[in-house]
Amino acid sequence: MATERSDIEQQIRTAVPSGNASVDEALNRRYAAGFVTDIETESLPPGLSEDIVRALSALKHEPEWMTEWRLAAYRQWLTMTSPEWAKVKLGPIDFQAISYYAAPKKKPKSLDEVDPKLLETYEKLGVPLHERAKLAGVAVDVVFDSVSVATTAQQELAKAGVIFCSMSEAIRSHPELVRKYIGTVVPQGDNFFAALNSAVFSDGSFVFIPKGVRCPMELSTYFRINAGHTGQFERTLIIAEEGSHVSYLEGCTAPMRDENQLHAAVVELVALERAQIKYSTVQNWYPGDENGVGGIYNFVTKRGECRGDDSKICWTQVETGSAITWKYPSCVLRGDRSVGEFYSVALTHHYQQADTGTKMIHLGRNTKSKIVSKGISAGKSSNSYRGLVKVEKNAEGARNYTQCDSLLIGKQCGAHTFPYMEVKNPTAIVEHEATTSKISDDQMFYCRSRGIGEEDAVSMIVDGFCKQVFRELPMEFAVEAKKLLEVSLEGAVG
Amino acid sequence: MLKIENLHVRVAGKEILRGLSLEVNAGEVHAIMGPNGAGKSTLGNVLAGREGYEVTKGSVTYNGKNLLELEPEQRAAEGVFLAFQYPVEIPGVNNTYFLRAALNAQRKHRGESELDSMQFLKQVREKIKVMQISDELLHRAVNEGFSGGEKKRNEIFQMALLEPRLAILDETDSGLDIDALKQVAQGVNALRSPERAFIVVTHYQRLLDYIVPDFVHVLADGRIVESGDKTLALKLEEHGYAWVGERGAVAEARA
Repeated sequence: MATERSDIEQQIRTAVPSGNASVDEALNRRYAAGFVTDIETESLPPGLSEDIVRALSALKHEPEWMTEWRLAAYRQWLTMTSPEWAKVKLGPIDFQAISYYAAPKKKPKSLDEVDPKLLETYEKLGVPLHERAKLAGVAVDVVFDSVSVATTAQQELAKAGVIFCSMSEAIRSHPELVRKYIGTVVPQGDNFFAALNSAVFSDGSFVFIPKGVRCPMELSTYFRINAGHTGQFERTLIIAEEGSHVSYLEGCTAPMRDENQLHAAVVELVALERAQIKYSTVQNWYPGDENGVGGIYNFVTKRGECRGDDSKICWTQVETGSAITWKYPSCVLRGDRSVGEFYSVALTHHYQQADTGTKMIHLGRNTKSKIVSKGISAGKSSNSYRGLVKVEKNAEGARNYTQCDSLLIGKQCGAHTFPYMEVKNPTAIVEHEATTSKISDDQMFYCRSRGIGEEDAVSMIVDGFCKQVFRELPMEFAVEAKKLLEVSLEGAVG
Repeated sequence: MLKIENLHVRVAGKEILRGLSLEVNAGEVHAIMGPNGAGKSTLGNVLAGREGYEVTKGSVTYNGKNLLELEPEQRAAEGVFLAFQYPVEIPGVNNTYFLRAALNAQRKHRGESELDSMQFLKQVREKIKVMQISDELLHRAVNEGFSGGEKKRNEIFQMALLEPRLAILDETDSGLDIDALKQVAQGVNALRSPERAFIVVTHYQRLLDYIVPDFVHVLADGRIVESGDKTLALKLEEHGYAWVGERGAVAEARA
């Protein structure tokens, strides 16, 4: 009898793969972008003052108006205090401990001169910089710490009249365009972090699509924080002239560190008459470890203005990284019949905190907005949707539809919804739907009884939950986003 | 293939199965009948490995292995399939995608190569004919917005595709009209084979007109109180479960 029993045990042991190896593998895989590139950087000393702002501007050989613009922002920032209304917990940030500029020492003139170590970094991260970029039909701008290190496919884009370059280059080569549009959507003093960004922004992407042009490829920027004790303050400006179309993607990663690093970006979009801008983000900044140590503070101001009639701006975001995410990509619907859309998946795990959503400001007549937000909370994380739908007096016939769904995994996480509505026109129709659900034991058992393991079952259910948003992402990004959710959710069950 | 010995199971502190024993060999179809609350669904859930079912005594051996030590997904890969009484909806997850993930997970566990989408679709097309399931159901989310009959047919379709060795049908006939019942039965009969065994849990004799069992067992008060061939089901139909109840009481008194 005893021998028979041990035979059975033996068989079971061989049938069940040893747990440890796969757990180790999963842990190692959890934040694959967490490595540091050993590259010589030059940086400004930590601290913030008018001198630092001037030094930064000088380093970038900026014209005087730009330096003055920055200083004006800095002076405004000094009078402001960090906002406290978000449902996030964070200690005070020592802005004097941050270095506001870090850049690889060797400045490449073309992609061929880019330090091989950098190319290797992006290879590891799956961002193709060489020919593959062109084959995939994507032009890439790469921002490493404070500067743009490479922009691909520029010539081909130039043929179509499209300008796609780093912000620094745009300030040098197209100052009239930058000067005309910068700060017109997000003014210098818009909020504490936008003011800080306006003073010290280092790089970012600049996109200009001329009248009637449909951008021949997807544009994308890849942001990477590498150096320690620095912040990244990029500024992106996209201008779509009358009747033009553009689809722009951004991706972000950072090494694993015990300190919290600050990322305070500003993104401004301007859509003129009949122009369409689609802006997609896959944000995977380092989220901190499972005990909540380290991670990026992602405090971002993103706003688009549908300035012309019949224009359209669509934000799609997949937010899985960062210790704290605090952002509200918004649309100002100024033109008549303009359309704003916001599709979001925000996933928090361990001790991550997210307070994210959108603002739809209806100013023009018959403007339409649509909001689909999917929040997923696991571990001990907190995930809030905060959104404002504002219909001004003259926005005759404005329509909004909002759908907010929250999915909880486990018992220690939280999901919150803060919808704000201000409607000043009686013809407006504003709809709001919200649901909160849990992955049920029934769903888990159903999947498992069909042979699907626990973690795969969770990611399958989550994927189904996010489908509405993933559909809005460009194809390659949808695949990446799905994988990212899977990796981010590892260890969320059991 | 399956040997259940003196199985005692608690659910939420209450003892539901109280000394159930059953032996099922390959190729056999066993019907389990019994009144509400007798523990019929508990049996299916315990065999498939649902959480919250605590085995306090007894054993279940499946193809020489201790079934109770396996995780639900391992049991599935070893060929155990439970057709749910109430199939679960998974919003946004495509039915075909779900099935392919399930089949490939099982194949992987067994050390077989995974099927690519072409190979998988070929299999789907073959099985779809047998189950008379509409193409459209395959493209919808798993069970989402399915009618009762569609859900049950989807269960049988999954079974056809996953090709289990031991299939447990938990009240698959409940809520079906006679046409749907015939379709489901036809699907099950098409899958009968010398290598495969079925445990058909049902409330009514009606299903057994179409799926003819080799053995019929009556489950009452958490154990099997009567076993026989298909004529037992007819006797039950005639006398009702009260008759079994009396016999159960006698059995208990004897034990």
